[in-house]
Amino acid sequence: MLNGQPLTKRNAEMWHDVNATPYVQIKGITKSYNGIAVLRDIHISIYKGELFSLLGQSGCGKTTLLRILAGLEVPTQGSVVIDGVDITNWPAHKRPVSMMFQSYAIFPHMTVSQNIAFGLAQDNLSKDTIKERIAEVLELVQLCGYEDRMPDQLSGGQKQRVALARSLAKRPKLMLLDEPLAALDKKLRERTQFEIVNIQERVGVTFVLVTHDQAEAMTMSTRMAILNDGRVCQIGTPHDIYEFPNSCFVASFIGGINLFVGIVIEQGHDYVVVETQDLDCLCYVSYTGAIPIGASVTLAVRPEKVMISTLRPAYPRNWTCGIIKEIAYLGNVSVYHVQLPSGKPIIAMLPNLLRLEGRNFEWEDEVFLFWRSENSIVLTS
Amino acid sequence: MKLGLAISTFYETARQRLIQYHTNIIETGGYITILPLIWVLLFLAIPFTTLLKIGFSEPTFTIPPFSEMFSHVSDYAINIKLNLKNYVTILNTTYYISAFLNSVGFGVIAVVLCLILGFPMAYGIHSVTGKFAKMMLIMLISLSFWTSFLVRIYALINMLNVHGIINSALMRLGLISTPIQFIGNNYAVCAGLVFCYIPFMIFPIYAILEKIDKTYIESANDLGCTPLRAFWYVTVPLSKAGILNGCIMVFTMSSGEFVIPELLGSSDVVTFGRALWTEFFTNLDWPMACSLSILMVMCITLPIMWISKEMSK
Repeated sequence: MLNGQPLTKRNAEMWHDVNATPYVQIKGITKSYNGIAVLRDIHISIYKGELFSLLGQSGCGKTTLLRILAGLEVPTQGSVVIDGVDITNWPAHKRPVSMMFQSYAIFPHMTVSQNIAFGLAQDNLSKDTIKERIAEVLELVQLCGYEDRMPDQLSGGQKQRVALARSLAKRPKLMLLDEPLAALDKKLRERTQFEIVNIQERVGVTFVLVTHDQAEAMTMSTRMAILNDGRVCQIGTPHDIYEFPNSCFVASFIGGINLFVGIVIEQGHDYVVVETQDLDCLCYVSYTGAIPIGASVTLAVRPEKVMISTLRPAYPRNWTCGIIKEIAYLGNVSVYHVQLPSGKPIIAMLPNLLRLEGRNFEWEDEVFLFWRSENSIVLTS
Repeated sequence: MKLGLAISTFYETARQRLIQYHTNIIETGGYITILPLIWVLLFLAIPFTTLLKIGFSEPTFTIPPFSEMFSHVSDYAINIKLNLKNYVTILNTTYYISAFLNSVGFGVIAVVLCLILGFPMAYGIHSVTGKFAKMMLIMLISLSFWTSFLVRIYALINMLNVHGIINSALMRLGLISTPIQFIGNNYAVCAGLVFCYIPFMIFPIYAILEKIDKTYIESANDLGCTPLRAFWYVTVPLSKAGILNGCIMVFTMSSGEFVIPELLGSSDVVTFGRALWTEFFTNLDWPMACSLSILMVMCITLPIMWISKEMSK
């Protein structure tokens, strides 16, 4: 089963299909401790074969939600349905769900194969089946030959693989990963991100991953939910969330962004014009929603979509001028902090495409910043 | 030539070792171990050597009541007299052998009972939620240490007496017509040992239970283990070190115990402690008493050392 047919394609995008039934349904989950709500009315639908991320700052309730899915916490309200079965009141040991803990929780008194066999023995599988499964999952995580190692003889990365193998060996319907890579160093973490994705694609199990690292969530997930203060802010593919954030919080939580408060002064069927104190000219934004004229909005532009030039743009909209205050050379890109006449800073990011090219702009240069109308966003909340 | 080489090699190795040891001590701040070292030397090594020495001498009617091991012969020679008779006698006498077996038996029974009663108690305290309740329970257990050991035994005697509260309560209730003789048998000794030494089982187990990461148990549950099985296959193995510590402490103290068998036990059941007492104070046979205690210490220490070594693997 693990090595069988090619499984669900990543770009199947079942969430667009109105008729598709979600595999995991989180319905109105609320959780409070001593009257203090940590999760408020969470609704999430996850489809089969997805790698779904719960992203948020520490204390946003993402781990609590994961523990509710695992059955380690009881929700105050709401229900959890997996594969059509309401498992809200099932104890943890009966759920078809496996969790990989942040600390990995590999039993220190058992060898690698005993650790993996532990979960399988609870299912009353025969010895031969258990042996087969151990070999299968160890091959999957590339740890063949480590069967008889004790956990304290393993490196952090190997422990992480053992934890993954132990959870996958149970062939769960849903696999939960709590900050699976937080304990690894940066290089290993980046490599392991793809490994987990590849393993997930091979086994076809639905994964729910908790992380505070937005790059990790963007790299690995099919879709993700941004959580803040116990609420879901937005659910979508990494692309949706980055390019179409629905609020200032999501926009500034994922990646860098320039935000300007302004007022809508004109509205067409596919655009709005925003006037803001901070910028020299009016901003023309492609937008299809209905915002009344006079509404107070926030104009948002991603730094990499802002272009810099010493020449004044010929068109009347979507540009501003300013003075370069800081330049950060990051190798692949250079980041320019430009001060606008109003005193507000705006950040622009330019890729360093040519190796031999020197710096085009210097400190205190007066420059013009501009962006395409479809590259800016209007946020109403 | 060869011998010279061997000697110089040996000297060189020894010198290297010494330097290594010295740097180790400095690097690890090992000078702090000097104080306990002095303590051990003063209160363990010297008395033990003295015991060993007396154990090899002969009883006499002098003060002190044993013969000198070393006697002066000339300026260049001393006589060393090793008397092995005591050890031979001990190993050939049923009285001493049964005393030894009784002591070990009491030790084992005390360990088993303390473990059976102590582990649930430690686990109970560990699972109590609320810091205050936990502190109170720990204090209740350590409360018994606030009174003298002897006082506690006498309190137990008072309770178990023919006129003690248990007997009078049973008689009042009409369950028995004549008081039961609780004291003066092996059961009373076991009860006394458990009564006095159970805290030494509870505390190490409690300490280790507190240290076990809760995610291990959660992980076991998540892998399909019922809470009971998770307890048996995860919690118990992970608290092995605490259990072993408790067992060693209870066993060492119970098997060497003199007061409890003397006050609570039957006079027919001889334990090592009582045999020792008789040799020292009744028979005034110091060498025999010393040989007995040396043997006892060896019989208890060697297995414990072996267990500890196995444990640390």
